Amino acid sequence: MTTTESFYDTPSPAGLTGIRAWLLTHDHKRLGLMYMWAILFWFVIAMLCGLLLRTELMSQGRTIMGPELYNSLFTLHGVIMVFLFVIPAVPAIFGNFFLPIQLGTDDVFFPRLNLFSWYLFMFGGLLALISLFSGEGFPDTGWTFYVPFSVEVNTNVSLTVMAAFILGMSSMLTGLNFITTFHRMRDKKMGLMQIPLFTWSLYATAWVQILATPVISITLVLVVVERLFSVGLFDPDKGGDPILYQHLFWMYSHPAVYIMILPGMGVISEIIPVFSRKSIFGYKAIVWSSMGIAVAGSLVWAHHMYTSGMSDVSVFFFSLLTFLVAIPSAVKVFSWIATMYKGSIEMTPPLLLALIFIYLFSIGGLTGLVLGAVGPDIHVHDTHFVVAHFHFVMFGGTGFAFFAALHFWWPKMFGIMYDFKKAYIGSVLTAIGFLFHYVPMLILGMQGMPRRYYDYLPKYETGNFLAGFGAYLLCIGILIMFVNLLMSFRQRVPASSNPWGGTTLEWTVPSPPPVHNFVEKPQIMEFPYDFSEIAAQVKGNKR
Amino acid sequence: MNRPIDKTGIKIGMWLFLYSEIILFGGLFVLYAVYFYTYPEFFAEGGRELDRKIGAVNTVVLLISSFTVAASITAIQRKAKKQAVGFLIFSILCGVIFLVNKYFEWSAKFHHDIYPNSETLVSGEPGLNIFFGLYYVITGLHGLHVIAGMTLLSISLVLVLAGRINESKYSMLENSGLYWHLVDLIWIFVFPLFYLVL
Repeated sequence: MTTTESFYDTPSPAGLTGIRAWLLTHDHKRLGLMYMWAILFWFVIAMLCGLLLRTELMSQGRTIMGPELYNSLFTLHGVIMVFLFVIPAVPAIFGNFFLPIQLGTDDVFFPRLNLFSWYLFMFGGLLALISLFSGEGFPDTGWTFYVPFSVEVNTNVSLTVMAAFILGMSSMLTGLNFITTFHRMRDKKMGLMQIPLFTWSLYATAWVQILATPVISITLVLVVVERLFSVGLFDPDKGGDPILYQHLFWMYSHPAVYIMILPGMGVISEIIPVFSRKSIFGYKAIVWSSMGIAVAGSLVWAHHMYTSGMSDVSVFFFSLLTFLVAIPSAVKVFSWIATMYKGSIEMTPPLLLALIFIYLFSIGGLTGLVLGAVGPDIHVHDTHFVVAHFHFVMFGGTGFAFFAALHFWWPKMFGIMYDFKKAYIGSVLTAIGFLFHYVPMLILGMQGMPRRYYDYLPKYETGNFLAGFGAYLLCIGILIMFVNLLMSFRQRVPASSNPWGGTTLEWTVPSPPPVHNFVEKPQIMEFPYDFSEIAAQVKGNKR
Repeated sequence: MNRPIDKTGIKIGMWLFLYSEIILFGGLFVLYAVYFYTYPEFFAEGGRELDRKIGAVNTVVLLISSFTVAASITAIQRKAKKQAVGFLIFSILCGVIFLVNKYFEWSAKFHHDIYPNSETLVSGEPGLNIFFGLYYVITGLHGLHVIAGMTLLSISLVLVLAGRINESKYSMLENSGLYWHLVDLIWIFVFPLFYLVL
């Protein structure tokens, strides 16, 4: 096995050298890594923005910045986190890298389109950067770009909105690529119910991307059109209706929430069975719940707008549908826990992170029900409770799934192993910081502190101080985690092709994989999570 | 790895893309539906002010061009390169005719001070402003799609002339044709919604 050359040494297309072997590559693995470095860069930037925001809020009044900068900063934090981190993180990095391998093939269906998506992504990011330093400065509208403010304000909304448009294009084309790959490139012997759950979740995500992204594209285009030509489609003075903007916006942006969480759930569905040495509980239920979330999640957008003015009938309807989405999500949580029941659990950093995911995601989901119910929502709408809720889902959920995926697939992607002890310390610190950071926010929200406010009443000071303290812990934890991963490049402890005892196809190929992924024809198992062989090996080793 | 070209796969990709385009316009049609419900009488009044003749001519032009694009694909499959080239040039010309008509239509409206944020619309009835606002946004976006479609057809034309598109390899032409049909399809909805409204 050691004689196979990894994809690092084999450019694709052949003949490219140096930096061009990366910038012009068609190899899905190289593209996944290129996404990774770009996305990590954005993540760190947005995290620092968040840290500055919380520092500002730690004490009353002006602490380190003025209110205008504060508004721009939370917009920047939101835009980067949503469009440049959470949405692309798992699909673009790990999806690109592992979807073809899990399907038993050598690349995605449209490799050149894949490269093009990467360039769109980089271009979108570049536009966002330019909009920071040009014109009247970065927008202070919040990432939602609500009209009429976004149309009337002088800041550089148009450019930022175009950046989001292009990033949307990029994620949509990636989704298109995945769906086609899923159907046309899958190993001929692999039936639908033999596909690993991570790939299934990416498939469901890809459909939501194609379904929903064009709606945000047109909405953002309309914002630009309104700014340039003042048509008045959302302007009540000219006969328009600003609420319609909110409808169009959330018609995409709520499904986008599922674009963000579904791949994360897929990651967890991979990690839990591997370290429980036990077949996943309810494989089909998880597959169907992914598709169920994709469908039901597209029909709940107006629960963001209970206080915007809607008929009681639609409020009732959207509230009911919102509760329905909780069911498939809960199916997954129960399946993961049932998988661990009576399994022979081996604790590793990826499993620890996955467990933290389950815990934090459950809190996020349950607080979501509070918001989905109309009565309590009107009480806590637009407060810190909402902020804490979606951070529990987006960060406690997708963020931790992303960290878990990094730790799970790191040895496969780079062929090296990291230090476990530091990874544990980093993960635990991140989780503790997380709770310190967001639990006070839940309480602040219940007490009535609105979101996006620059200043607050004296009674909120303790909560805000604690949240700020948590933010620092959180950042230190993440820093330790990342530094530990990066240090592995120095220590270069080689990883075997299957360090965890996984059963899906990516663990049958060398670490890092060769350019065409498979050395020999992939053997498709009857069921992707059959651990009988792995368990037998472990038993044999013990004797 | 060298594997045979998977034409079905390429087409699946294209159809997914077309689907996303339809959703893109779908957002605008949602706006149309809501505002039509709010201002039915002004939409009717606005519709009467549009030039139905030009609209009808444009519809016919696009429908014919859709036929000729399809014919060019059949021609390529039958190895009739010259025919295919002829059909393609004709289709592109149809696109040009469509855009020229559109130009005259828009400039006539501009002449009557009917354009986004114009004095007449802003101080007039809000319903009419919304109608013409949507008219400009939707036909404008559609016009951009016509230009994109013509670009694709032109690229296909060049590739046909160069022999890169031939009877065994014509996915590019087929996909350009699909895109052109989409442009046509959207127009088939736009035409009655604006020109024939009550």
